[in-house]
Amino acid sequence: MSFEWPWQYNFPPFFTLQPNVDTRQKQLAAWCSLALSYCRHHKLYTLDIMEVQESPVFNHKNIDRKLSTEAILIVFEELRKKGNLEWLDKNKTQCLVMWRRPEEWGKLIYQWVSRSAMVNSCNTFPPEFHGLEEWMLIRSLQALQTDGKAEVITMDDGKGVKFF
Amino acid sequence: MDRFTWSNGLLEMNETLVIQQRGVKLYDGEDKAKLDVGIALLSTHQLIWRDLKNHECCIAIPLSQIIYFEEQAAGIGKSAKIVVHLHASPANKEPGPYQQSKFSYFKLSFKEHGQIEFFRRLTEELSQKRWESTPMSQPIPTATNSQTGRTRAVGIVGIERKIEERRKETEKNISEAFEDLSKLMVKAKEMVELSRSIANKIKDKQGDITEDETIRFKSYLLSMGIANPVTRETHGSGTHYHLQLAKQLGDILLAPLEERGGMMALTEVYCLVNRARGMELLSPEDLVNACKMFESLKQPLRLRIFDSGVMVVQLQSHSEEEMISSALDNVTDKGSLTAEEFAKLLGLSVLLSKERLLLAEKMGHLCRDDSVEGLRFYPNLFNSQA
Repeated sequence: MSFEWPWQYNFPPFFTLQPNVDTRQKQLAAWCSLALSYCRHHKLYTLDIMEVQESPVFNHKNIDRKLSTEAILIVFEELRKKGNLEWLDKNKTQCLVMWRRPEEWGKLIYQWVSRSAMVNSCNTFPPEFHGLEEWMLIRSLQALQTDGKAEVITMDDGKGVKFF
Repeated sequence: MDRFTWSNGLLEMNETLVIQQRGVKLYDGEDKAKLDVGIALLSTHQLIWRDLKNHECCIAIPLSQIIYFEEQAAGIGKSAKIVVHLHASPANKEPGPYQQSKFSYFKLSFKEHGQIEFFRRLTEELSQKRWESTPMSQPIPTATNSQTGRTRAVGIVGIERKIEERRKETEKNISEAFEDLSKLMVKAKEMVELSRSIANKIKDKQGDITEDETIRFKSYLLSMGIANPVTRETHGSGTHYHLQLAKQLGDILLAPLEERGGMMALTEVYCLVNRARGMELLSPEDLVNACKMFESLKQPLRLRIFDSGVMVVQLQSHSEEEMISSALDNVTDKGSLTAEEFAKLLGLSVLLSKERLLLAEKMGHLCRDDSVEGLRFYPNLFNSQA
């Protein structure tokens, strides 16, 4: 399924950081949602600022508009505040994108675990977990642990999880 | 006194000042020297005397010429003195204040005391004879060397010395020149204080002084470059002149304003009004002050200042909301507009059309597209579309 761009993507002012505060709020909200859905669609978990500037999300060649680096960083800051983004370095060149937050992943895992436990069959990961990177998995399990629904155990040959 | 030579009073590089004393009068032997009271300066190499009032009058004698000296106590009506006995002058001595003298001693008369210390230092210097161990580049004529004569300064040392002299001279000139400037600044400060206090007095006694006199005085101040604080008050109490001017402008500007859609930039007003006047042109300041009084005079015009600082005169009847909603219609109609395109559409100046678009953006009706192609305004779909 190809990615569906939102109407704002073809609206030139979308690529100019709006001075009017109210207008800007709406603009940034649209950018956050676009960035997350794009990452979700392409199963992207880490982004590099330099690369991302040239990606079709921020650089719309058809209408000859691109979002400035300054504006991209502002969008990313919004994402970070909402808990969807985490910087990997102090210089803000690379980041983790959590288009699904650890808590949300945790919930999904727990649901799957509950389901498979009841069915009593061999457990293979359903499609929605494909591509889930380890660091994301660990965070989700930690979120479950905080919630009291799981416990991460260190065993002789690695780590294990116990679900409650 | 004929042993002294004219001097510039500057010390050599190896020479140090030991002591100086004001209020010293010179005596040629027993006679009063034909010089006024001055300053006596003792250095490691020479004894210098400078006239207090006329700094140019400065003489010196090398210490090596001194045979011996003694104190002469003060008496009734007489100051303490030091009597200095000298060798004969060398043949090649430079000119001085006295061509010849029947005395081979002179006296320093200390009118403001200080003789005790001076005597002590002189004793020290003459016993240490420091001038012998640190010879100057141009040896001063000494009695013992009268045959060899003075050696001219040659080579690098001479050049260096000349440069040093020139530098000291320049420094002196510059500091003297700035002396005058700082005196002028002090005077100017006094003048400003004076005019300010007078202006305040006028303000307080508004009733007693006739308006005519006040206006005249204010114009004097203005011509001196001091803006009158009274006119800086709010437009409510502007001068009579500005009041009249405001009324005049109200009449002149009505028609042009209607023609231009009810709004004109202040610069346009300035040009229009002055072109019409021909002579006795208005200053920008007068124009602004007059315009500020429109509202209080209940004129159908008013002065308006945008966020960007642009000032316009507009008709009271001019409604900004109407203008903005019509601007929005224009933009929606054409999809998007630049300030230039909008100006052309409405027959407005680019400056005013940009102000209107910016205002519409500020109110959330428009949004902007800023790219290398220029600044373009669109209807604010962020607001209107879900």
